[in-house]
Amino acid sequence: MTPAGRRWLFRAGGAGLLGYAVAVPWLVDTYTTSVFARTLVLALVGVSVALLTGLAGLPTLGQTGPFAAGAYGSALVAMHVSSVGVVQVLTGALVGGLFALLTVPLVVYARGVVVLMITLAIGELTVTAASRWSSVTGGTDGLAGIPPIQPVWGMAALDGDRARYLYTLVVVGVVIAAVVMVLRTPAGLLLRASRDDEGRMRASGHRVTGYLAVAFTAAGAVAGVAGSLLVTAQQYVSPADFGFDVSALLLLGVVIGGATSIGGAVAGTALVIAVRDWLSGLLPGHAPLLLGGLFVLTAYLFPRGVAGFSTDVARLLRSRSGERTGRALRGGDRAGYGHRDRPLPAEVGATTGRPTGGSGADS
Amino acid sequence: MMASAAPVLGPVDPYLIPALDGVAYGLLLFVAASGLVFCFGVANILNLAHGTLYAIGAYTAAALLDGGWAMLLVALGVGVVASAGAGGLLAGLLAPVARRDHLTQALLTFGVALAGGSLLVTAFGPDSLPVRIPAALDGTVVLAGHRYAAYRLVFIGVAALLALLLYLAVARTRAGMLVRAAVDDADMVACLGVNPARIRLGVLTVAGALAGAAGVLGAPIIGPAPSTADNVLLLSLVVVVLGGLGSVRGTLLAALAVGEIQSLGVALAPTAAPFLLFAAMAVVLAVRARGLSGRWLRLRPRLGGTA
Repeated sequence: MTPAGRRWLFRAGGAGLLGYAVAVPWLVDTYTTSVFARTLVLALVGVSVALLTGLAGLPTLGQTGPFAAGAYGSALVAMHVSSVGVVQVLTGALVGGLFALLTVPLVVYARGVVVLMITLAIGELTVTAASRWSSVTGGTDGLAGIPPIQPVWGMAALDGDRARYLYTLVVVGVVIAAVVMVLRTPAGLLLRASRDDEGRMRASGHRVTGYLAVAFTAAGAVAGVAGSLLVTAQQYVSPADFGFDVSALLLLGVVIGGATSIGGAVAGTALVIAVRDWLSGLLPGHAPLLLGGLFVLTAYLFPRGVAGFSTDVARLLRSRSGERTGRALRGGDRAGYGHRDRPLPAEVGATTGRPTGGSGADS
Repeated sequence: MMASAAPVLGPVDPYLIPALDGVAYGLLLFVAASGLVFCFGVANILNLAHGTLYAIGAYTAAALLDGGWAMLLVALGVGVVASAGAGGLLAGLLAPVARRDHLTQALLTFGVALAGGSLLVTAFGPDSLPVRIPAALDGTVVLAGHRYAAYRLVFIGVAALLALLLYLAVARTRAGMLVRAAVDDADMVACLGVNPARIRLGVLTVAGALAGAAGVLGAPIIGPAPSTADNVLLLSLVVVVLGGLGSVRGTLLAALAVGEIQSLGVALAPTAAPFLLFAAMAVVLAVRARGLSGRWLRLRPRLGGTA
């Protein structure tokens, strides 16, 4: 298949999925619609995880932090200040971004698995804080009775799962489009370059740490918007929405989706969340066991580390269409989430050849 | 969470008891977190199943303890062996992905944590279980005018002994030497002919044993419940972040600090309590600007060599 043909295939597939997403509320019952709305929200958090994990090279287990901050922020605004959607979404973005900005110094100086650990601690501490700071967050009971939302001034309040789903879909679509557009500017290029060869970027006078700080804050704002949408979608928010398992599922989804692609992150997260919901419906009480098995299986099934999966697919497609494969193969080792801290001796030989091209997995 | 403190009678100096509790809590965290430090520092694995290894020990204590000394020893033995076995199993599961990225390994250990937690709930039920400590320790002793739970006092002694043994093992034995060498430069250790797979197995088994011992002895303090694994994992992570990977001493200081924050800090500033751990992390990271210690800086890509 030619690259142009492949692009058309992707576009057709994307358009089909988008059409399905718009039509969903008329195709399924209201409960499933609300589940879909929540899945969309988590997919948006997945996008923020992919921004950091795949594009900035900071693998994160802590995006539930800004997600929670944005959710509580906009829930409080919804209850006490304004029922206008624009205000709530902006509040979510602001609070999420501010939260991320405050945690920037904890994260951006570290790399690799250390980031994973620090972000995990941040996410967990946020949940702890949310469940203990009862005067503001309602403690473990959460905040309920959030009034219905008006998308913009003068519009009628949305009632019903269908309207809330469509509102969520629109906002998620707008944010994702904005993220994709920003990534196509030189800003996205700088981020990828910093991930692929930090030393070289620094040597050329780029302030890599500053770029990472901006990316981290922006990802926090995206997660904060998702938080605001979570409040709208389920009209309720509690610490249980932001647990450790949510972070891990998001990371798994992003990794399955290829880590570097925004579309992949949406698809991967949606898939993982759907599997979780399906499993817990199928086998109440035993879902974590199967889900755990799924994590282990995923780790085994992907041939060169889960992050290399999309590269493998790309390579397969390229070899079918007779393109060179070497670059995609070598680029894939570094494509996922930045540098390995310390390769095992057996791989030293394999990784010393620095890839000359950019990563083949970005799309 | 923490079991309620013993009833305090007589003149109460409000901060002595929380401070002592903090020491007990901190030493418990030290024993639990040192396994995580080894995993991370030596084998470079972020073991998200570490809390589950502790939970195995804690559930063992709840199932076996009957108020006698003999069963305490049996429980200790069974708990340590079970958790060490689980750690070894984890090393086996990690073997096929040993040459893959950290993310894969972390996700695998998280899968094991999820599945393990589910199995523990299936086996022991969804409620938090009571733990029966030996009858001789099930009282209070008078300490500077305060009554204090005897078990905690003994626990402080035992955990301090464990900490000392651990320190000596790392500082004076050949295995400890290998551990220090692997933290410093794993590639060089491998070049000297030490099989990384064996190091990984050894480290995860020892980490399991430590977590198991902490679980059995600490069950009266952080008891067995479905949330135990997460709770211990989080606190251990904070200890690792605060203490770095450089030394046993750093881990001990960090663990004691977290223990004091969790008990004395809550007593001193109840309203700020939810944010104290955050603040501690932020302060430590800010003071040691750009990282946690020399060890952490070295984990970053070596810029000088390649740029």
